[in-house]
Amino acid sequence: MISKLSDRLLKHIDSFLMGCILFTCLIGLFVLYSASGQNFDKTGSQIINILAAITIMWAAANIAPQHLERIALPLFIFGLLLLLGVALFGEISHGARRWLHLGLVRIQPSELMKIAVPMMLAWYFAKREASLRFWDYAFGALFLVVPIGFIMKQPDLGTALLIAASGFYVLFLAGLSWRLLLGSCISAAVLAPVFWSMLHDYQRKRIQILIDPYQDPLGAGYHTIQATIALGSGGLTGKGWLNGTQSQLDFLPERTTDFIFAVFGEEFGLLGNVLLLVLFTLIIGRGLIIAAHAQNTFCRLLAGSITLTFFTYVFVNIGMVSGILPVVGVPLPLISYGGTSLVTLLLGFGILMSIQTHKKLVTT
Amino acid sequence: MAVVQQAIKFPVWRRRLLLMMVLSGFALLICRAVYLQGLHRAFLQKEGDARYTREIVLTSHRGMIMDRNGEPLAISTPVESIWASPPDVEADKEQLVKLAALLEIQSNELSKKLVNQNRDFVYLKRRIPPQLASHVMQLGIPGIFTQREYRRYYPAGDVTAHLVGFTGSDEVGQEGFELKYQDWLSGKNGSRHVIKDRQGHIVEDLEAVKVPQDGHDLVVSIDRKIQYLAYRELAKAVEENKAKAGSAIVLDAKTGEILAMANLPSYNPNNPENILGKSRNRAIVDTFEPGSTMKPMTIGAAIETGNFTADTKIQTAPGTMVIGTATIHDSHPQGLITVAQVIQKSSNVGAAKIALTMKPQYLWGVYNQLGFGSPTHVGFPGEVGGKLRNYKTWRPIEQATMAFGNGISVTLLQLARAYTVFANEGELRPVSLLKLKDPPVGQQVFTAQTANTIKDMLELVVQPGGTAPKAQVVGYRVAGKTGTAHKVGIGGYLEDKYVSSFVGMAPATNPRIIIAVMIDEPSNGKYYGGEVAAPVFSTLMAGTLRMLSVPQDAPNNNVVLPPEGAPEVKEDT
Repeated sequence: MISKLSDRLLKHIDSFLMGCILFTCLIGLFVLYSASGQNFDKTGSQIINILAAITIMWAAANIAPQHLERIALPLFIFGLLLLLGVALFGEISHGARRWLHLGLVRIQPSELMKIAVPMMLAWYFAKREASLRFWDYAFGALFLVVPIGFIMKQPDLGTALLIAASGFYVLFLAGLSWRLLLGSCISAAVLAPVFWSMLHDYQRKRIQILIDPYQDPLGAGYHTIQATIALGSGGLTGKGWLNGTQSQLDFLPERTTDFIFAVFGEEFGLLGNVLLLVLFTLIIGRGLIIAAHAQNTFCRLLAGSITLTFFTYVFVNIGMVSGILPVVGVPLPLISYGGTSLVTLLLGFGILMSIQTHKKLVTT
Repeated sequence: MAVVQQAIKFPVWRRRLLLMMVLSGFALLICRAVYLQGLHRAFLQKEGDARYTREIVLTSHRGMIMDRNGEPLAISTPVESIWASPPDVEADKEQLVKLAALLEIQSNELSKKLVNQNRDFVYLKRRIPPQLASHVMQLGIPGIFTQREYRRYYPAGDVTAHLVGFTGSDEVGQEGFELKYQDWLSGKNGSRHVIKDRQGHIVEDLEAVKVPQDGHDLVVSIDRKIQYLAYRELAKAVEENKAKAGSAIVLDAKTGEILAMANLPSYNPNNPENILGKSRNRAIVDTFEPGSTMKPMTIGAAIETGNFTADTKIQTAPGTMVIGTATIHDSHPQGLITVAQVIQKSSNVGAAKIALTMKPQYLWGVYNQLGFGSPTHVGFPGEVGGKLRNYKTWRPIEQATMAFGNGISVTLLQLARAYTVFANEGELRPVSLLKLKDPPVGQQVFTAQTANTIKDMLELVVQPGGTAPKAQVVGYRVAGKTGTAHKVGIGGYLEDKYVSSFVGMAPATNPRIIIAVMIDEPSNGKYYGGEVAAPVFSTLMAGTLRMLSVPQDAPNNNVVLPPEGAPEVKEDT
C-alpha cells in the first residue's frame, strides 16, 4: 500500500536529478546556517522554501509536456501583461520596481518570465520547425527583446541577463544560423558603446570595478574585494564550517544571498568548491541528457534552455563572487537564501522531469 | 515516430559546442578558485586578517621614583580618558548636554566631535579623575568608552624639580631622572589580539599576546627631608642676597651619594610651563669659576711634593705679585705667613707662589685626578665636565691664577666631589645620584697625611681669623673653604658680578657630610663666600647632621665668633 503510494508519488520524479538537487540544497542549508550567523529562523524559513519549491517541482513533473506546450503562449502573454503592470503600478523597493501586488500575493513577474520566455520560444520554433525562415528568428528575437526591455527598465540586470541567455539558447538550439550568429555578434560589438551609454551609472560602475576593484575599495569595489578575500583566505581545505572570519564577522555583504558562495569558499576551501561544481556539473549533465533524449522539438528546446540557463546561473554567480564577472544580482542556484528564485529553478527542474518521464505516454 | 524524426535535432557540433561551453566555463571557475585559494592565498589571508584582528594597547604603569627612604618623588596616578566612536553613539539631546557638562566642554564642540561618522576613535576629554569618568559612564550612552591612562604627579614639586624632571603628555621623560631612566621607568605596554567585527565590537579575545609590563621603581640617593631643607635654605639665601641663582649639594662624604641637590630658580614639574631658564640643574649642567675653593687642591699638590709643610713660610708681601704683564692682588696683604695661613686667609699671592714651584704637568695631573675637566659620570642628562686646559698650553700667569681657581671652570658637583679626598684620607670617592648598596671604591689622590693636613687647614678657615666663621656648626667641628670669584663676561672679569661659594665638611674629625653651596650674582651688598654661602652651609649642615643623628665631635659649645669690631678676614677671589 505504502510502496504503491510512493510509486505513484515518485512516478514522474527523476531520481538522479532529484538526488543531486536535494544534496545541493542540503549543502545550501548548512552554508546558510553559517552565513546567517547561526540563525535558526532564517534556516528554517529556507527549509520551508525548499519544501514548497519541491512541491511545485513535483506538480510540474506531473504535468505532461503537451499541456505545457498548450499554455506556452497564454503564459507568455500573461507574463508580459504582468510586466506591464509592474512598469505601471509596481512597488519600488531598494530603488527598483520589481514587485506587483495582486490582492493577497506579491509576485515578481520577471521570475515567471524565466520559464515563460523559453517556453514561448520553444513552442514557437517547434510550431514553425517545418518551414523555418529568417523571419522566424526575427520574431523569436522580438519575443525575447520585449520582456527583457521591461525587466532592464525595472532595473534588474541579473534577471534580464538570465532571460536573454535562456532565449538565446533556444534560438541557438533551434538552429540559428552561423551567419546570423556572427552578424549579431558583430552588431553587438558595434552597438556595445550604445549599450554602455544606456546602462545605469551603478551598472557601469560595476563593470569598471570588475577591472580594478581597488579603485573604490570602500564603495563599489567593496563587495568584490571582500568576496575574493573571503574565498582566498579559505585556502585549500577552508577554515571549517562556522569558522569563516570574513563572513561571520559581518565583513562580507549579502552573504546569505548573492555572495553566499564566498562564505562557502571560505569555510570549505578549494575542495568544497570543486565538490560543489561537480554537483552542478552532474545536474547540468543530466539535464543535457534529458534534452538530448527528449521526444519532440518543444521538449528538446525547452529542456536544453532550462539546463543551460541553470549553467548560466552558476557561472555568473560564481564568476561574480570570485571577481571575474561584474556584480550582477544573480543568486547561486539551490544555495542562496530566498524562495522566489528557488521556486523558479525547481519549476524548471520539474519540467525537465516531466519531459523525461512522460515520453512513453506520447510515443505511439 | 515520423513526427519525432522530423523534429529539429541538435546538430552534433552544436551539442559539442554547448558541452564545451559548459565544461570550459566550469574549468574557468576552477582555475579562478585555484588562483584565489591556492596561489594568491597568502596575500588574501593576510588581507583578511588585517580586516578583523586588531591590537589593543594595554597601558603599563610607569615606575615610581623614590628617595632613599622610599618617600615618593614621582608617582603615576590612574586617570581616565573618555573617547567615542561617533558612528556608534546613540544619545538624545538631554544626554549630550549632561555629557558636555560633566566633561566641561561646550555642547556644540561635543556634537562637532561626534558628527564625524568616518572616524571611529575620537577623544572627548583626556585625563580626568576616575570618579568623574565613572559618572560619565553612568550616563550609559552607547559608543562612549573610557581608556585608562596615567598622570605623573610630583609630590615634592619645585623642591626636586631639577633632579626628577618631568614627563611629556605621552609619559616620556623630558628632563632629569624621568629622561635619564626613561627605559627603566617606563613599562612596556602590553597588547591583546582581538577579533573585531565590522562595527569594531570586540567579538573574541584571541590571546593576551603581551602582558603589560609595569616600569621599574627607581630609588635615588636623595633624602627628601634634607632636600627640602637644602631647597629652603638656598631659597632664603638667594632671596636675601637678591641673587640670580643658586645651587647646593649635600654629599655623603663616605659613599659619595648625593643626599640633596637644590637649585634656584625652580619650577613646578606638575605643570611645567614657562620653564625656560628655570629647568636647568645648575649644579651639574652649569660651570663657574670656583675661585678660592680651588686653593686646597693646589696646596695639597704642593705638600705632596714634599717641598712644603703646613708651617712652611711664604712671603706674600706686599700683597701683589707681577707675572709677565699681569698682577695678582691680595686685598688684605698678609706679609710673611705659613702655608696653612694661605688657606685660612685665602691669600692669592701665596697660592700663586706655591703653584709656580710645581711643574705644569704635575699640577695638571693632580687637578685631573681630582676630576676637573671631565664629567663626573653621575648619570644625569646634560652633565658637563668644565674646562681644564691642557698643561702644555699653560703660561705662568695661567698656572698662578688657576691655583686660586681662576681660568678653570667646574660644576658644583665636581667641586663637592673633589672635597671627598679631604674627608677620606686622600681618596676621591665617585658620586652617585642613585642609592648605593655597597660603598664605592675610591681612588687615592693624596696621601692620608697630606689630606688630613689640608683638612686641618680647612678647619682654620671657619675659626676666628679665617674667612668663614659663619660656617661653624654647634656641636661639630667644621672644615671648609670659601670662594668668591668675579664672573667672567664679555672682555674679561666683571667688576661687580660675583659667584660666592662655600665647600665644607663635618664632623671634621671624621667627615660624614660634604656640603657645597654656590650663590650666583648676590647683589644685596654682600658677596663674599664667607658671608653669602657660609651661613647656608652652616644651617644646612646643622640640619643634615641632626637628621642623620651624626654624633657630635665637639659637644661643648665650640662656636667662637670673632670679637666685635675685629677686622674681617676676606679672600680676594
